[in-house]
Amino acid sequence: MRARVIRVSACDTIGRVSNPSPIELDEPETGEVTELDRPWVTLVWNDPVNLMSYVAYVFKSYFGYSDAKAHELMMQVHKDGRAVVSSGPREEMERHVQAMHEYGLWATLQREDA
Amino acid sequence: MKAFERRKRDRVRAEFEPAEAALLINLLGQIIELLRDRNGPEESSPDPLFAQLGTTGSSLPPEDPVLRRLLPDAYRDDDEAAGDFRRFTERGLSTAKVENAQAVVASLAAGGYDLEDPEQSEDPVEVELGERAVQAWLRALTDIRLALAVRLGIESEEDAEAAAESDDEAVSVVVDIYEWLGFVQESLVAALG
Repeated sequence: MRARVIRVSACDTIGRVSNPSPIELDEPETGEVTELDRPWVTLVWNDPVNLMSYVAYVFKSYFGYSDAKAHELMMQVHKDGRAVVSSGPREEMERHVQAMHEYGLWATLQREDA
Repeated sequence: MKAFERRKRDRVRAEFEPAEAALLINLLGQIIELLRDRNGPEESSPDPLFAQLGTTGSSLPPEDPVLRRLLPDAYRDDDEAAGDFRRFTERGLSTAKVENAQAVVASLAAGGYDLEDPEQSEDPVEVELGERAVQAWLRALTDIRLALAVRLGIESEEDAEAAAESDDEAVSVVVDIYEWLGFVQESLVAALG
């Protein structure tokens, strides 16, 4: 994964840059950082079982969101079928997904859409 | 049942008829049994470290649709990542769910329900819950509702409406329980808000 990212960046470098000496070192790093920077997200999916009040309660009490934000996210899950409820490092999102599963909410994690 | 109401110091209180307590205990027992079957016999004498490391965990999702809903995949389009995640976390999740169910049974017993001799339970069961017990109740009630919904074939809002209008006696009995559990949970969430 890591190697592939660097190689792609290096090709871009060769294609675009006229002065190769310092940039050949810098550019692959930039590419790698960009890939690593794209955050992970926790998604909660709509289901016909969980009560709207409960879903909002979970967002409020677990993530510490305000009443308004928790309600907004709950409505987004209900209407759009899913909502991003958190974003950040992969390990943190895995903890959130695990917690959502304990609450009985249907959650997954993935890279943020490009 | 008398709906949950808030008491002093963030405690909530409700009252259940003995038959309602018996129903809850029966359903929770089924959830516990399902989860334990998934975990295998070593669950009865768990080595905490071993369980935490999850070295024996399966990377494959359960075949039973109820278990698949209670222990869902963490990755939607990546079977390998989902399998790894499951291998290391499913046991912990499953244990937490068993403990939540047991905590609800314990609250009902503390409220006067006689687990040893249910026939002796004639008075209403009064439960008073602190913060930790509230969290166990919320999660365990959800788990029962998820399990019943799977058995009722409820996968969409339309399915839920169809089940509610079913003429099939066997279905409507379960739908009544499902809706009652929704009422219990709604009243608990309302008492917290």
